Amino acid sequence: MNEADQILEDTAIRLFNDFFDTDALRRAEAGEWPASAWEALEATGLPLAFVAESQGGFGAVEAANLVMVAGRHSVPLPLAETLIANRLLSAAGLALPGGPLTIGPVQSDDALHLSRATEGWHLRGTAHRIPWGRCAGIVVLAQYDGRDYLASIPVGAARVDRDANLAREPRDTLHFDVALPEGAVALAPTGIGRASILDFGAALRSLAMAGALQRLVEITVAYAGERSQFGQPIGKFQAIQHNLAIMAGQAAAAVAAAKMVAEALDPAVDRLRVAIAKARTGEAVGKAVALAHQIHGAIGIAQEHPLHFLTTRLWSWRDEFGNEAGWNAYIGRQAVASARLWPFITAA
Amino acid sequence: MTSKLSFPVPPPDGSEVAALRLEVRAFLDEALSGMSPRERARSWSGFDAAFSRKTAERGWIGMTWPRQYGGGERSAMERYVVLEEMLAAGAPVAAHWIADRQSGPTLLRFGTEAQKRMILPRIAAGECFFCIGMSEPDSGSDLAATRTRARATPGGFIVNGTKVWTTYAHFAHYMILFCRTGDQDKRHGGTSQFLVDMTTPGVNVRPILNLAGEHDFNEVTFQDVFLPDSALIGELGNGWTQVTSELALERSGPERFLSSFTLLDQMVGIVAHNPQPANLAQIGRLVAHTAVLRNLSRSVASILQHGGEAGLQAALVKDLGAELEQEIPEVARLLLAREPTIAGDDFSAVLAHLILSSPGFSLRGGTREILRGIIARGLSLR
Repeated sequence: MNEADQILEDTAIRLFNDFFDTDALRRAEAGEWPASAWEALEATGLPLAFVAESQGGFGAVEAANLVMVAGRHSVPLPLAETLIANRLLSAAGLALPGGPLTIGPVQSDDALHLSRATEGWHLRGTAHRIPWGRCAGIVVLAQYDGRDYLASIPVGAARVDRDANLAREPRDTLHFDVALPEGAVALAPTGIGRASILDFGAALRSLAMAGALQRLVEITVAYAGERSQFGQPIGKFQAIQHNLAIMAGQAAAAVAAAKMVAEALDPAVDRLRVAIAKARTGEAVGKAVALAHQIHGAIGIAQEHPLHFLTTRLWSWRDEFGNEAGWNAYIGRQAVASARLWPFITAA
Repeated sequence: MTSKLSFPVPPPDGSEVAALRLEVRAFLDEALSGMSPRERARSWSGFDAAFSRKTAERGWIGMTWPRQYGGGERSAMERYVVLEEMLAAGAPVAAHWIADRQSGPTLLRFGTEAQKRMILPRIAAGECFFCIGMSEPDSGSDLAATRTRARATPGGFIVNGTKVWTTYAHFAHYMILFCRTGDQDKRHGGTSQFLVDMTTPGVNVRPILNLAGEHDFNEVTFQDVFLPDSALIGELGNGWTQVTSELALERSGPERFLSSFTLLDQMVGIVAHNPQPANLAQIGRLVAHTAVLRNLSRSVASILQHGGEAGLQAALVKDLGAELEQEIPEVARLLLAREPTIAGDDFSAVLAHLILSSPGFSLRGGTREILRGIIARGLSLR
């Protein structure tokens, strides 16, 4: 990593450490919006990291790394979503409104529609499971006249039905019946469509999961070294050691897959890399989380214990933006359609 | 934790490396045309001296060694490309594999000038084959418990003992023998390595057939075998350090996750005729695992390329790799209601071969249990 990238990463780590100790995570889990943390994040410019470098972004690999770091710290903020939203806005030539942002629709069954109004546009439709929907502006893909458009909607404009994922992160249903000015809507640029939100979402969730898995291994190793039973740290028992080795293997594979997709986001998203990353990190989660809970024993199941901040996020994220079943089927389709399997893999 | 067990992002193929890859593919398409999937499924257990010579003629054995010893002074990443293309194609590389992977490099690191000059160019020419003298009936994972002993005598040593699971000892010209030269009560001290000419009187090779009826393994007995002083590799008593270094080489290559690739290749053909989403997902999952393991394995190669130590990373890749290799036949058999039969069609024959071979994947080159202990140690648990 070069010096500039290291500074970027250190800034993020410092911020996350300052704002998100266990108590802060508890407050966020109870529904408190971390306003001062977001302000501090905005002040660093990090939410713009994923826009094109020519427009002030820091580079896709660097932006991806920030998401991995945020995952490592269980950051209860829509950082990934804001990164994607700002990228979509800047690609479409729309104004960047600042503040926390999210994206939608995220479910394949949901569709939003634009119609022309006397002045500007009108947006209608319902989008389910929108990350941080209640506290963020939103950038949506909507259809008008058979074509894809991007629209920027301020927080509060949609009617919100609150819901959450297993980590109690907001996953709200947004009902749109909103008037939008001209400047809030633009034709989606070439290469940007419904699938883009899925691709970017899956890619960044993979990175967040990889970071969280790294931290999961770290804290579980530490726990095994501290918790004593039968007169010694449980980490001395071979069964525990082998399970930790298995966790480390899954985490390493997840990080490798996440770094592979980080390299494949610019200038266009390589969907095969997205699929490999999302499928592999998702699969790693099942195995690693089970072992982490097993090694922690009963205390890890208590809400009082910080383990669940990581494990409930991992359980949630692996099923967002498509899970292993869908993404592995995509890889399989591509593999079967290729002329020869080995060259397909070396080019992947 | 993360800094000790970190995997640097491997470099993408540069234009030279990409050209080398295509060159190797073209060579293999020609050299292996007509080789059945069943034969390819043997992967790096397939022995073919003529193929090894052809490979050597292209400069692809001893690629990274100094030119003065017959090497090509090429990079670890270039060597990696040649290896993975060979393995993916199921090329019969067994004859030169051990010599290229670990015996030659061991001589390069610890051997005398005379040994290097005598042996390395012949390995690089595809004319000198090696076997590994490590395991014994009572000393497998516990390598330090070795009992084969070399007793000092005027002009050399007298060796007595038995080595086992010695792959292709029946064709090898040499063995690098790990044995006791010092006190029995010093587990790690008092061992050494020797370069053994397999035609030496008293060296006796007896076949050990595996459960598939194949002859890869052997038992090699030493009955009062005289080895001259010039056969000692490195320092007397430095065997443990040397053998540990040799084992790290044994663990770090692409053969650690590609042993079942021929079957995966066959599976794609099967699923193409029956592309239900569940089948496609099975293929996709195994492809994703392979691609990610390849990335991790290339990362190990890049660490070695920069002169670093990658023992921990290699153990991790091997552990994940063996799991994948063993899982592929278990997934394959459920795609098609066909029995594994050695004499059957391509799919059934490859499936049969891999099922019969599968236990070895998590035993050879370091058992799963040993590897996980190594990884755990690397996580600062021991």
